[in-house]
Amino acid sequence: MTLLDELADICAVREAGEADEVDGVAARVVARPASTSETSALMRACHERGVAVVVRGTGSKLTWGSPPTRLDLVLETGAMDELVEHAHGDLIATAQAGMPVRALAAALAGRHQQLLVDDPVGASTLGGMLAANVSGPRRMLPGAIRDLLIGVTMVRADGTVAKSGGKVVKNVAGYDLGKLLVGSYGTLGVITEATFRLHPVPPATRWVEAPVPAGRLTDTLGALVHSQLVPGALEVDRPAGEDTTTVAVLVTGTEGGVESRAAALYEMLPGAQLGDDLSWASHYPWQHRGSDTEHLALKLTTRLSGVPTLLAQAADAGVHMRGSAGVGVLYGSVPAADSTPETVAQLRETCTMLGGSLVVLDAPRASKETLDVWGPVHGLDLMRRVKHEFDPTGVLAPGRFVGGI
Amino acid sequence: MATHPGHPSVPDRSDGMMHGLDPAAEDRAQTAPAGAPSRGGTVADVLAELRGTLPDEALLTDPARLATYECDGLAAYRVTPGLVVLASTPEHVAATVRACARHAVPFVARGSGTGLSGGALPHAEGVLVVTSRLRTLHEVSAADQRAVVDPGVINLQVTKMATPEGYYFAPDPSSQQICSIGGNVAENSGGAHCLKYGFTTNHVLSLDIVTPDGDQVTLGTRAPDAPGYDLVGAFVGSEGTLGVATRATVRLVRLPQEVRTVLAGFAGTDEAGAATSAIIAAGIVPAAIEIMDALAIEAAEAAVSCGYPAGAGAVLVVELDGARHEVADEYAAVERICRQEGAFEFRMATDAAERAAIWKGRKSAFAAVGRISPDYIVQDGVVPRTALPEVLRQMTRISAEQGVRVANVFHAGDGNLHPLVLFDGSKAGETERAEAVSGMILDLCIEHGGSITGEHGVGSDKAKYMPRMFTDDDLDTMQLVRCAFDPHGIANPGKIYPTPRLCGERSGRRQGAHPLQEAGLGEVF
Ligand SMILES: Cc1cc2nc3c(=O)[nH]c(=O)nc-3n(C[C@H](O)[C@H](O)[C@H](O)COP(=O)(O)OP(=O)(O)OC[C@H]3O[C@@H](n4cnc5c(N)ncnc54)[C@H](O)[C@@H]3O)c2cc1C
Repeated sequence: MTLLDELADICAVREAGEADEVDGVAARVVARPASTSETSALMRACHERGVAVVVRGTGSKLTWGSPPTRLDLVLETGAMDELVEHAHGDLIATAQAGMPVRALAAALAGRHQQLLVDDPVGASTLGGMLAANVSGPRRMLPGAIRDLLIGVTMVRADGTVAKSGGKVVKNVAGYDLGKLLVGSYGTLGVITEATFRLHPVPPATRWVEAPVPAGRLTDTLGALVHSQLVPGALEVDRPAGEDTTTVAVLVTGTEGGVESRAAALYEMLPGAQLGDDLSWASHYPWQHRGSDTEHLALKLTTRLSGVPTLLAQAADAGVHMRGSAGVGVLYGSVPAADSTPETVAQLRETCTMLGGSLVVLDAPRASKETLDVWGPVHGLDLMRRVKHEFDPTGVLAPGRFVGGI
Repeated sequence: MATHPGHPSVPDRSDGMMHGLDPAAEDRAQTAPAGAPSRGGTVADVLAELRGTLPDEALLTDPARLATYECDGLAAYRVTPGLVVLASTPEHVAATVRACARHAVPFVARGSGTGLSGGALPHAEGVLVVTSRLRTLHEVSAADQRAVVDPGVINLQVTKMATPEGYYFAPDPSSQQICSIGGNVAENSGGAHCLKYGFTTNHVLSLDIVTPDGDQVTLGTRAPDAPGYDLVGAFVGSEGTLGVATRATVRLVRLPQEVRTVLAGFAGTDEAGAATSAIIAAGIVPAAIEIMDALAIEAAEAAVSCGYPAGAGAVLVVELDGARHEVADEYAAVERICRQEGAFEFRMATDAAERAAIWKGRKSAFAAVGRISPDYIVQDGVVPRTALPEVLRQMTRISAEQGVRVANVFHAGDGNLHPLVLFDGSKAGETERAEAVSGMILDLCIEHGGSITGEHGVGSDKAKYMPRMFTDDDLDTMQLVRCAFDPHGIANPGKIYPTPRLCGERSGRRQGAHPLQEAGLGEVF
């Protein structure tokens, strides 16, 4: 019997094609379980057979991280795409992992509520957003998705179904497994359902944007993060080789409040413009380029006060930088042809010196082979031990994560 | 669940010399193996190893001094530790834990000992590692919005140091004048203001820890999103079962431009609860929304004369903070809603002194019930906010049926209840009845989709309730993390999980006795 036949009783399966490759690695089978229990049965079967599994939402970030060292089956979450519960009075929603972030937003909008996250990738499912720890400009106040996740259902490598957290925001009963799963790239378990804390949609929203020359950047960013204007986002954009940084600040709240804060920001930012929307901030810098050039997609973090230094150095190294200056999480884009492993190593050294890190999120296959994708990681030994406990035989996304996990 | 004496126990932190060495321990010291792992050793072996490494005054063996550490804020559970180590450096902690690991002796971390779930309850055959002398505030950086602190630093101290720079540390447990950052990290502590600003877990970026093997490891970075698994997220809230935190990098939050604190008097908790729901439904996220019922108000008046509206069956405290204009807009909405829902009195604090007066009654509530009852149990449960009215009615029914008074103080915004179950332990049967009522309240929380603890932790006290909230598989899976950090189960054993998992076993189901039980370590609880 082929693997396909063996799994056919469990859930929808089909033979994998070229489009199902994960970062250039071919799979044999694509499975599409429709529930947590089907996922559990599927994982149990895979585990027994030593079948290597990569979980896929819409596949929008499957080339992030390292390619899997082994792959047999792609587990698609698309058949688990429902909103399970929207308890609007409690500002809580539970949804299946394959639900697109956009679909959840649409479902909540009727009650003027939202999951306060951004999806710069644009096509993420909730599960994919959790597993890859995707975030955007508006993380400045509520935090990133780790801070909004309050409960999770997962299927372990051996098929065991486990929950942690719950349906209430305040809850310290037991370990918070959700934190471990966020940013784990599918290496610890299959997330099948998640519960989130929601926020009301504010009545008014305004962006204030201004060009800031290099000489004034430190003072400007310092003044903005220290202001009491409660920015909901503080974004920067600096193309490679440029001296000027575009700085954009988001304020949200009541009509009158937003107007008065926008006016105060206008004072602080000479040459400022007002807008209701800001399209560049909701895309990573590698996103709207001509499709021909291949780019390295970098995630660079720094302490807040290090943002100007990092921007300057990256601009000199030919990297287009963009991201959340109010949080210290930035993204860089550089044509693969213009960068060397030394470019990345030097920027990584700067990030480390500034209290952060550099990860190559995505890159052409050839570049990944010469690059250290993840860089040095604190606590790697403990991480290996965690991986070993959750997935002792290494069937979940082997090799995709830090230190070869 | 157990009685609360009214005062958390805070043992003396004097640096006095140690007296009354146990001579037998010294004898054993000579024969203790150095270096090689020897499973199943004793506290004496650990002591022998630490002598010479740690200053003498850091090692407490005098029974009288050991006894001052026998409980945390939950005084109903008492165990005298085998040895107390007053660590002054991370290296002291590491040396102690390494010695414990070598001899398979359990250790328990302790900060200020204000925990309310018996998390820092010592182990009779183990070592209590006290971190309160690790109290250096290494750095407060406004530019980076970060503070770097030792675990023994007191919560409020961080805010005090950051305030001149315009910042504060957001998690604000009512015990903030005495509880430690290490304890906050271990318990994932919250406070009245976590409705808007989150809990400790949302404010910790990086931790230095001593693993249960005795290794010193840094987790996370000063910036968010450190690559790899979020082990900081796993460690926060792990109640001392994954190691000892020896340093923390925490987020500082900018002080708001404007703060308005309002106090509204209602006929009862139904009306106050309805006002809470209406405020949330209006799209307002206040910094805090707190409710106290008539009995809690009576206690607070008796203790601190807080001057709450006379005749109120419930008071609602709402704090709004942020940019000036927004706060004014939200204030207007809150006032309108409160009046609509039947508030007969509505006050606003206009300055820090008036604000403190409003908070005084609320923050002193736990201790205050000591004025109206000889003994009481502080319960900590959570329900979805919309279930509050129903759960409160059920609690009133239970209280009447059982003839046990229950005072209610709660973080209404996030549905976190702190029922105070009153009793007189000197009267036959009252303790048992109070404990039964306290347990029924937790059942109510679980039935309504809530949690058995919102901020006080599971500790020794609620481990037995965990199976009501989680399946065996859930608990088994959580303990995989434990096995990764602490395969030999020596870090705060017996806490959180009712049944320890045998690490390294293939299935989740354990057969036969756990090795720790065989070694006599697992049965204390
Ligand atoms: C009057 C009163 C009011 C309170 N109000 C609140 C409240 O509003 N919100 C709230 O959340 N809590 C509250 N608490 C509970 C308590 O204060 C918190 O849980 C606090 O965080 C405990 O800190 P601690 O330093 O006293 O820790 P301890 O009681 O010493 O220890 C608590 C737990 O943390 C572990 N631990 C301590 N230090 C470390 C370390 N360095 N590394 C690893 N583990 C460690 C211990 O092993 C133990 O499991 C209150 C307590 C009292 C007495």
